[in-house]
Amino acid sequence: MKAQEVTDIIRAIGKKIEEEKDFLTELDNVIGDGDHGINMARGFQTVLTKLDSLATDDIGNILKTTGMALVSTVGGASGPLYGTAFMKAGALMAGKTDMSVDDFLACLDAAVEGVKMRGRSTQGEKTMLDAMIPALEAMRQAKEEGLDTAEILLKGTQAAEAGVEYTKTIIATKGRASYLGERSIGHQDPGATSFTDMLDTVRLCVSR
Amino acid sequence: MVGIVIVSHSAQLAAGVVDLVKLIAADCPIAAAGGLEDGSFGTSYERILNAIETVHGEDGVLILMDMGSAVMTTEMVLEDLSYDDIRMADCPVVEGAVAAAAASSAGMSLEEVFREAESAANVKKF
Repeated sequence: MKAQEVTDIIRAIGKKIEEEKDFLTELDNVIGDGDHGINMARGFQTVLTKLDSLATDDIGNILKTTGMALVSTVGGASGPLYGTAFMKAGALMAGKTDMSVDDFLACLDAAVEGVKMRGRSTQGEKTMLDAMIPALEAMRQAKEEGLDTAEILLKGTQAAEAGVEYTKTIIATKGRASYLGERSIGHQDPGATSFTDMLDTVRLCVSR
Repeated sequence: MVGIVIVSHSAQLAAGVVDLVKLIAADCPIAAAGGLEDGSFGTSYERILNAIETVHGEDGVLILMDMGSAVMTTEMVLEDLSYDDIRMADCPVVEGAVAAAAASSAGMSLEEVFREAESAANVKKF
């Protein structure tokens, strides 16, 4: 995958987030502070503007620019979290003009570690990590089994979707939802949902 | 004097804490970093950075945050700045700000102001 395709995918993610804005905000209204969709849409709007004026073949630069725009403009917890995720992936891809499946998995691994560090969080706390970690594990396994890129991304998206379902069954112990305690059960996590939207967009773009 | 920055999701909350603290320690350099540029709730990287620059002097800066992204965004600002004389305090914002400003106003060091702010977490109201 070349730089132009990476940029196109990020644009498609921005479009998807805009489409899902109301749903993500609705999910966050129930267990958070009701701003996830609005915040993410605002963040990606800035990302798209920054990418318009960024002429580069360096995939690391594209991912870093995306992360920095999210940190600067999202305003909620998803800003520093997704911002760190993209910036960690960007650091890994610095100077590279081509992205392989192995690179993508390494980027997601760096993103997971970045989110864990920034949010002082781990799996099972009803956060985006509950979609990210199963997705990463499923894609690694699919890669080992020799599946092609589209199949690998399908396995990843399915695992992320299952992760979102899992977040309905557990109590939130991180973030604003943790103030609800047991009342957070039955509701899916907005961050896990937006991550799944992003990965599904990558899958659709690559499978096209 | 040690500078103090109040980071909050709410512009009014951050500004209100600054006003309250000025009643107690009028000479302490303190700045608010609340809300987003468009007036909505949230924490702004830019506002935190600007607030730090406003109060940063030779004695350093102590930052107090409300929760969530206020903490994480402040961390990212500090990672990008090259200063080694800025600290974040884990304490209730109002009580911590009053304690920190009083200590700063009394000429205490960054380390002492930091300890005063963090000790506010244990202060009982009655």
